Amino acid sequence: MTSHSVPVEVHDHHDVRPIRKAAMWVFLGSECMFFGSMIATFLLYRNETGDGPGAEIFDIPFTSASSFILLMSSLTMVLAHNAFENRDPRATRIWLGATALLGTIFLAGQIFEFTEFVHKGLTLSTSSFGSAFYMLTGFHGAHVAIGVLMLMAMFYLSFSGRLYDDRGLNVELVGLYWHFVDIVWIVIFTVVYLLQV
Amino acid sequence: MAEVAHRAHPTPRTYWIIAAILAGVTAIEIAVPYISALDPIKVPLLWALAAIKFFAVVGFFMHLRYEKPLYRTLFFFGVFGVFPLFIVVLLSMHAF
Repeated sequence: MTSHSVPVEVHDHHDVRPIRKAAMWVFLGSECMFFGSMIATFLLYRNETGDGPGAEIFDIPFTSASSFILLMSSLTMVLAHNAFENRDPRATRIWLGATALLGTIFLAGQIFEFTEFVHKGLTLSTSSFGSAFYMLTGFHGAHVAIGVLMLMAMFYLSFSGRLYDDRGLNVELVGLYWHFVDIVWIVIFTVVYLLQV
Repeated sequence: MAEVAHRAHPTPRTYWIIAAILAGVTAIEIAVPYISALDPIKVPLLWALAAIKFFAVVGFFMHLRYEKPLYRTLFFFGVFGVFPLFIVVLLSMHAF
């Protein structure tokens, strides 16, 4: 009896990247509905200012500048992703750092803006307008803050050489989240600020 | 012939061009509320400009136009699901 040794291929590693990516798109789709309901609420209460201030306290040039900064952070993010795809850790690190920096500047601008509004009498409890405004823009700010933390995590991983360790979050998924934060702000900037001028 | 699932992503040059277009659209957007001649069309114009920016970022920066149709379906289910949700929210708050 002859025995043949047949090489056995063991497929113990499934490529879960497409599943994770699909899950991220589902998450982003559900986030659209989350922000959609908050935008609808803002539109409903935009004139319910009570005795407090309304949209006249908005500083459109200032918010325009911070919106532009967030928009350009999408460019630096996609350049980070491009460098990641080309296996260039140094360029990836530079663009990730730039994106985190721009996101932080946007957040600093939002904190400054909120402080100014509170000084002018618009708080979370002043009116329905105030509640809807702070809930919508505050939740967006929280999303930006989470995005900045994820970018900083990616930045750190780029130093330890674990950027391409594809078991958890990667640059592409963080990038999708970051661009989403940007597109939500595109809508908020139009609805909350520009249409109220 | 089998359909190609997704196309190659754009080059950095394309990203810079898209960013320049986004910057230009944003400049127009900021100017619109201050041009009184545009008041009659201000609302649809601002929505149109926001839509251009939205789809430019989604299509080019998020690569959705280069990706599998499944991802587009998953995302746009959420995006277009917003409109019935809008109606439900407004109805539940007796807006009509």
